[in-house]
Amino acid sequence: MKTAVIVFPASNCDRDIAVALEQATGKKPEMVWHGDSTVPDADLIALPGGFSYGDYLRAGAMAAKSPIMRDVIERAKKGTPLLGVCNGFQVLCETGLLPGALMRNAGLDFVCRPASLRVENNSTSFTSGLDKSRYLNFPVAHHDGNYFADDDTLDRLEGEDRVAFRYVDNPNGSARDIAGVINDAGNVLGMMPHPERVISPLLGGTDGADFFKSLVNALS
Amino acid sequence: MSVITAAKLTGTSLMKAKITITLKSGVLDPQGVAIETALAGLGFDGANDVRQGKVIEMKLSETDEAEARAKAEEMCKKLLANPVMENYSIEILA
Repeated sequence: MKTAVIVFPASNCDRDIAVALEQATGKKPEMVWHGDSTVPDADLIALPGGFSYGDYLRAGAMAAKSPIMRDVIERAKKGTPLLGVCNGFQVLCETGLLPGALMRNAGLDFVCRPASLRVENNSTSFTSGLDKSRYLNFPVAHHDGNYFADDDTLDRLEGEDRVAFRYVDNPNGSARDIAGVINDAGNVLGMMPHPERVISPLLGGTDGADFFKSLVNALS
Repeated sequence: MSVITAAKLTGTSLMKAKITITLKSGVLDPQGVAIETALAGLGFDGANDVRQGKVIEMKLSETDEAEARAKAEEMCKKLLANPVMENYSIEILA
C-alpha cells in the first residue's frame, strides 16, 4: 500500500505520521512539498499536524489554498482516502471537504494532554478494525480545536453517522464533544487528536498503532 | 492633469480597502469573553457582549470604487473570511 504525506511550511508532525505509516504499511510514504502540483500515486494521502503558515489568518486557511491542495482535493473527490490530523483537520475544514470549522479553544489555553476517545462509528474504512466498546487514548495538542458547525450541520452529521470520534472529557469546547468527522462519501477523515504520537510503548502508548493498522487493513 | 491620470502615471493607488471580519452572532468568542472579564476587573462596568474581530487593510490598484469593492468581496469569499463562522464588511476609502 502506497501512502503520501503532504508537508506544509511549519508542519511539525509530518515525520511522526510518516513513521506511523511506515510502521503500518512496511513502506516509506512519499513526502510531498506544498508547492508541488501533483501528488504521486497513493492509496492514502495524509495531512499532518503542525502550524502551517504559522496559523496566519486562520489555522489551516493558507495551507488549504496552497498549490498541492488543488490535486489533493481533486483526488479526494475521486475517492482517494484522505486523513487530516490536527492542523490537517483544520486544513480539511478550510477546503470545504469537511463541514464546520475549528475555532479557538473555549478555555483559551493551548491544550496538550492525553485525551480519551469513543469510537462512534466503526463502519468507516478508517475505523473498521476498532472496537466501539474500547476507549482510545490519543494525545491532543492544539490551540484551535474547538469544533464548530451550525445546529443543522451537526444534526446532519449525527444523523448520517459521520462523527467518527467523540471526546470522553471535552478538552476544547467542541460542539457535541466531536473529535473527528468523516465526509459524506466516507473517504475523508479529519480528527484533532494525534494517533501518530502513540505508536510504540516508548512513546507512552500503542492505541495509535492499532488505528493505523486498522486503516491499512481496510485499505489494502 | 486629472487626479486619476496622475495616479495611473505614477502607479500610486487611489483605493484603499478596509475589511472588517467578525465572528457571527451566536458563535462563542472566548477571546471576547476574556477581554470582557479583564475590563470588568479594571473597573469598567457595563461593557457587555465584547467581541473580537480583525481588520485587514490594503491598497488596491483599481481606480473605480465598484471594481475595488468587487475585488475585495472576491478576496473575502476565497480566503479572508470563513463563512462557517465569520461575517465580513468592506469599506472602500478613496
